[in-house]
Amino acid sequence: MTTARCISCDNMISIPTDVKLAEIVTCLECGAEHEVINSNPIELIAAPEIEEDWGE
Amino acid sequence: MVHVAIVGGSGFVGGELSRLLLAHPEVTKLQVTSESRAGKPLGTVHPNLRHHTDQAFIRKEDLNPCDVIFLAMPHGAAASEVSIWQNKATVVIDLSSDFRLNDMALYERYYGGLHTATHLCSQFTPGIPEFYRNELRSADRIAGPGCTAIAGILALRPLRASGVIEPRVYVDSKVGSSGSGARVGLGTHHPLRSGVTRVFKPTGHRHEAEIVTQCDVIPHVTVNSVDMVRGILLTAFCTLSHPVSDRDIRKIFREAYADEPFTRLVKRQGQAGYTLPEPKILTGTNYCDIGYALTDDGSGLIAISALDNLMKGAVGNAIHCMNIRMQFPETAGLTSISLHPV
Repeated sequence: MTTARCISCDNMISIPTDVKLAEIVTCLECGAEHEVINSNPIELIAAPEIEEDWGE
Repeated sequence: MVHVAIVGGSGFVGGELSRLLLAHPEVTKLQVTSESRAGKPLGTVHPNLRHHTDQAFIRKEDLNPCDVIFLAMPHGAAASEVSIWQNKATVVIDLSSDFRLNDMALYERYYGGLHTATHLCSQFTPGIPEFYRNELRSADRIAGPGCTAIAGILALRPLRASGVIEPRVYVDSKVGSSGSGARVGLGTHHPLRSGVTRVFKPTGHRHEAEIVTQCDVIPHVTVNSVDMVRGILLTAFCTLSHPVSDRDIRKIFREAYADEPFTRLVKRQGQAGYTLPEPKILTGTNYCDIGYALTDDGSGLIAISALDNLMKGAVGNAIHCMNIRMQFPETAGLTSISLHPV
């Protein structure tokens, strides 16, 4: 297990060492979702949000 | 392992104490008094206890010495009888409002009369583990805080202590019907109370005095009755004393409550409906969830707290205090997970 800091709230997130690129990891404190863009060392970006078209 | 007693066991607080203490891993013997129900099994008043115990209520005069006594008596009764009970037990934990204030002027202002045991008030330690843990380890007299009081104190004290909010705060507390106690009144009888959203106390609620005492703030507290049995949702509008970021506020709460077993920071993204504290999902648990939101213009902050008024707002918190005082694991007897959905 390794750790990375949450982009949103600075909480430390535990991440499995075998995490794969493009995997989504969630901060347990604030719920922010991150996409893994580099696994060694770990680099995270905010995961893209699912957009709602409101039925249009 | 301890012997414990509940004085005044027929009300909601007495019932909740019985429920938790009967299952507490460190409690070997429980006595429960009720003058009006003496001789009757606990389950006749608290039906959730049926088949868990066949013991009956006893009269106060029949109570044997024990290690810890919980006083679950009406306002005023604990003050007049506490000298009796402190001779019966090493530790007395009062859940009434009688020993929550040391400032007698403040007491008279909020309670409208003179205290009958002024000389004993300073002997009581506030039953707020988050801020009095060290004192509670050796306290033989503990005063449990009011339900809206502890919700307000846990939301406001770290903010005020860190200097990010001005003293004047506006507090709105929405409270379930169990907060009114087990006795039926014109305002609490089910046909009159059900479906209600009602301003119960627009100003001058008694728990305001505890928030004043514990938080160094000037609060205006409004308490509202809402259509739920258990629970408090409290929001406090605060003016920021200087510009702060969301992360600054998160850091204040995180540092205040990082090691607390029952006080949690809840400010989340992404889960519709569960991003901030709400009392329903805390029903039957000893948690107080704390959240916040900054206003768009950066001038204000809404502090939010939620809890079960009978648990973290009274009984669960009192048992947490007992656990600390008796050097039990702090979460002993308090580890239940709430129902969801309920």
